[in-house]
Amino acid sequence: MPPAIPLPRRAQLTGSRIRDRRLMQGLRQADLAAKAGISASYLNLIEHNRRRIGGKLLVAIARALEVEPATLSEGADATLSEVLHRAAQDMRSRVDPPPEVEMIDALSGRFPGWTGLIVAQHKRTAGLEALVDGLRDRLRHDPVLAESMHEVLSTVAAIRSTADILVREPNLEAPWRARFHRNLHEEAERLSARATAMLAHFENTVPEGSGPSTPLETVEALFEAADHHFPAIEAGGAAAIPQLLAQTAGMTDAATRDLVTRMLEDYARDAARLPLDRMMPAAMAVDFAPDRLLHLGQGDAALVLRRLACLPRESDGSGAPEVGLAICDGAGALLFRRRLAGFAIPRFGAGCPLWPLYGALHRPGQPLAAVLDMPSGAQFQAWAVSQPVAQAGFGAAPVMRATMLLRALAPDTDTPTALPRIAAGPGCHACARSDCPARSMIGPGA
Amino acid sequence: MPGRVLLVEDEANILEAIGFLLSRDGWDVSGHGNGATALEAIDRLEPDVLVLDMMLPGKSGLDILRDLRANPATEALPVLMLTAKGQTRDRDMALALGANAFLTKPFSNTELVETLRDLARVANLDDAAWKGGAA
Repeated sequence: MPPAIPLPRRAQLTGSRIRDRRLMQGLRQADLAAKAGISASYLNLIEHNRRRIGGKLLVAIARALEVEPATLSEGADATLSEVLHRAAQDMRSRVDPPPEVEMIDALSGRFPGWTGLIVAQHKRTAGLEALVDGLRDRLRHDPVLAESMHEVLSTVAAIRSTADILVREPNLEAPWRARFHRNLHEEAERLSARATAMLAHFENTVPEGSGPSTPLETVEALFEAADHHFPAIEAGGAAAIPQLLAQTAGMTDAATRDLVTRMLEDYARDAARLPLDRMMPAAMAVDFAPDRLLHLGQGDAALVLRRLACLPRESDGSGAPEVGLAICDGAGALLFRRRLAGFAIPRFGAGCPLWPLYGALHRPGQPLAAVLDMPSGAQFQAWAVSQPVAQAGFGAAPVMRATMLLRALAPDTDTPTALPRIAAGPGCHACARSDCPARSMIGPGA
Repeated sequence: MPGRVLLVEDEANILEAIGFLLSRDGWDVSGHGNGATALEAIDRLEPDVLVLDMMLPGKSGLDILRDLRANPATEALPVLMLTAKGQTRDRDMALALGANAFLTKPFSNTELVETLRDLARVANLDDAAWKGGAA
């Protein structure tokens, strides 16, 4: 198994980068909006990643901020070198000999055109993969689409059966013949309407340009835009939530607002139990190793994992390392995720059955740790624990929740030999391990 | 004596087409278009075989099947489920809950007739009563 290559800090969203640049320059939203020729409220939506931005408007905003458009769309942190590192990691197990990552600087210096091509192709591939993942999630779990599909196929079934009778029954009585002709006409009209409705649904669900659409997607976008760290709540507790919501676009929907409020209240509770001024120095002293911080949770290991997933990271890469987080209920349904580059955590459905997240559900209260070898060749350290979050009563099983923290294993670090290694994947629906014993019966290799 | 089949399907034109088809094949056909009252219709009509659509207004075909299998009076009633193509999860669920057969829409009339004849054998109905259905 080739060692993984460290990933650069994940690129932020375009809207967040615009906001960062504006604040750095001390501009008010109204000032930048006026320079770019848009309303302040529209800029607010862009900055909170509620509206996609590109083309002329991106150029206008970049000009107003006196930066290159690519700095906003690709991020100052997404340098050529970092993207090449990522490209090398993604394809490491598929090319022989592996990419000479130590020569990246020499490559980009001598062949800027070819380097640009590699970067452009890598970004395009990543974009297409994300689109495919999104559409696959939708197709598998979209109840509206399932119902539309059933309606269309029912109409086709009616047409097929009726047409078959008309063709195969030459002596069909006239009243029946007239009746079936009328039915055919009706069904043809219905098919037209239903097919059109289904296509409209597809158009509405294509991710590009649509932005977050469900409350959970909006929550995820909010947390991602904040890099999962809310200084105002760290400092002021739950009292800071109303102000935070007031500054956040997309909170007009009651369900979204309720969900965001609940998630931020959970965040505030965690911050109160394990404050940043206690957590951060302790974590830095042990290189953010969860197993050496368990005592801080005073019996609540999940609290420690959650807090490690929302520590501040600096723009120069210092501070807390990049981590991923997945939380699931006792049935394995994913409730929350913090995405980590190179490690796909599905929004809907199940992840890999071999993840310690699920193993922890079978060993309540016992923290688990493992090294995950992914099909791409990347390695991740995982720490997981399941704990009761509510009691259903005497004699009844408690309501359980499992939490898993993930961190990419740097290539220059030895794989921890004390930890079990698991040949894991992103989940059966997208996994390349065709001979995996845990492969789902309904997976692509079944 | 002809076998009695109940079609639980909310698409009126499917109901009419397959009702016609099965009548011509010798079945005594009844139709019902609502999931919520399907169990009452089954109780009243006492079919020998049931054709059950998956998606119905009021109550899903899977829920109806689950209730049928939990009731001693109907636990052995042969059931043909109609599912939409591509919904493999529905099909697997239907078989796990005890459906005797399933067809995916759009199905062919020949498939439907043949499957119903197979289910007639499950129900121990007299083959000779079928127009062309002797085994």
